[in-house]
Amino acid sequence: MEREDVWELGGRTLTSRLFLGTGKLGDESCLPAVCAAAGAEVITVALRRVDLQAPDQGVLAHIPDGMILLPNTSGARTADEAVRLARLARAMGCGHWVKIEIIRDARYLLPDNEATVRATEILAREGFVVLPYMSPDLYAARSLVDAGAAAVMPLGAPIGSNRGLATRELIAILLEEISAVPIIVDAGLGRPSHAAEAMEMGAAACLVNTAIATAEDPVAMARAFALGVAGGRLAYLAGMPAVRQQASASSPLTGFLEGL
Amino acid sequence: MSQPWTPPLLPDAAFEASSQAVDRALSRAFPRLMDVAALLSPEASRRLEDLAAVAAAQTLRHFGRSRLLFTPLYVANFCQNHCRYCGYAAHVAMPRLRLSLEEVAAEGERIAATGLRHLLLLTGEAPQRAGVDYILDCIRLLAPRFPGLALEVFALTEADYARAAQAGATALTLYQETYVPSVYRAMHPAGPKANYRFRLEAPARAAAAGLPSVTLGVLLGFSPWRQDVLALVAHAWHLLERFPGLEVGVSLPRLRPHAGGFAAPYPVADRDFVHAIVALRLALPMAGITLSTREAPRLRDGLVRLAATKLSAGVRTSVGSVAGSEQFAICDTRSVAEMAAMLRQQGLQPVFKDWQPLGEAREQAA
Repeated sequence: MEREDVWELGGRTLTSRLFLGTGKLGDESCLPAVCAAAGAEVITVALRRVDLQAPDQGVLAHIPDGMILLPNTSGARTADEAVRLARLARAMGCGHWVKIEIIRDARYLLPDNEATVRATEILAREGFVVLPYMSPDLYAARSLVDAGAAAVMPLGAPIGSNRGLATRELIAILLEEISAVPIIVDAGLGRPSHAAEAMEMGAAACLVNTAIATAEDPVAMARAFALGVAGGRLAYLAGMPAVRQQASASSPLTGFLEGL
Repeated sequence: MSQPWTPPLLPDAAFEASSQAVDRALSRAFPRLMDVAALLSPEASRRLEDLAAVAAAQTLRHFGRSRLLFTPLYVANFCQNHCRYCGYAAHVAMPRLRLSLEEVAAEGERIAATGLRHLLLLTGEAPQRAGVDYILDCIRLLAPRFPGLALEVFALTEADYARAAQAGATALTLYQETYVPSVYRAMHPAGPKANYRFRLEAPARAAAAGLPSVTLGVLLGFSPWRQDVLALVAHAWHLLERFPGLEVGVSLPRLRPHAGGFAAPYPVADRDFVHAIVALRLALPMAGITLSTREAPRLRDGLVRLAATKLSAGVRTSVGSVAGSEQFAICDTRSVAEMAAMLRQQGLQPVFKDWQPLGEAREQAA
């Protein structure tokens, strides 16, 4: 019998490998259907969008019960701001998971790895399950692991760019070298095939927002991404054949040796 | 020390561009100055539909389907300036008012009850009647209710912007009106606002003081629009380069009728206005673009699909709720609920809150 492909993150056992975002939807009331189509268990929400005067309204009201809430620190420009936003999220009852997002660049929206390491260190010490969004750099990834990150989340391409795994070679190095925590590819995945590619490479999961939220039919696109992630994962588990530059004949060219 | 920044003011001839130049500009992720000139050219105007398609795709990519709603609150209209185009100018006969802090709080409650969490606080320029201390008092009163609290007041010093940020302000809106010094002088003949450079450098002072967001703009109608729109883009780029983490937004208010009766010497037609807005999106893909109620509902409803990401709603340009004290006549009188319904009808999500301020007082209130 086929064994269920479960994995561990932050003390929880997960079956889904597709995390969702919430930021760019036209209608948040479709979130339950999107989550169901994606089979998602983890969903990220920007604290900047949560109305602290009425937290039960707005985006939180549409997130199905039982999902793991992953508040993110969108808007933070420094480690200190990210830490304070995370504490605020926990104080509001949004749980103790946090996606650290520290961006000091309004043009490319690239994360600041150095500040992210500092915030990770502080928040992990305070008991948060810290999922840091980062530029795929081996040294930074190692520092994040040492700082207590529960996973590392390298970007495939700049946020919202839909360009897929533009950082493929750098993510491959992380997948090769970082084994202590899962690698979750975040940002830039514009098509289900991009997510499949990340999973084929051995990523533990993908986080997708823009491509699903801005699709004509977000529910159908969520399902498409779930299939892409599942297909890529299955291929990874099945053992991907090595890629070669030259052709490899189906009938061995040296087969004549057998008859000698 | 580096030279103070000066806006580029290109002659009309610089805005002549070939169709190929427009194509090249459209293909760039981040256009350069001459690309923006091409995007503003008469040739680009003939290809407005092409520009609009790329602008709509950029807006969708970077902002998704969410659009922020906010409203202005005028707390005082005393003013020492003699801006020729403004209903609050010192020489215009109109009731002069300043809301008491109790009235400010009541207006804040009224607005918060509509669900809005982003507020734009406005005054005229009269330090003796509604100076920095009064503005700071207003900020302290309103900040607990409004996580997004932008100032649209006279240009302040860096120290005063720092005090405003400390009190709970989260953004600055400050329009240069025009980047052309001779036109600026003609339009601002007297009063503190006549100081072109003090105003030009105010957004940088605000950023240096720690305000995380600034919105720049020009008031269309004073002079040929292409030159001013290009200078506005250059100003935004300059700030982004100097303060890479700053959220820089832009707006293009058009002159509207007001109590002073000023007629725009270079009125901007609807088609040119739309052209300017979509060109702004192409030049500044990540910038929030604000569209005020100076514009008609039909135009706003169209531009929100292409480029605009922040819209005012339930607007009064009077001081508080006092009739007869309007700065200018608005064109879109729709309430917050009506604007939200319009957005939903277009498949867009009205967003009432899109900032989480930090600061001890704020965090305690939260």
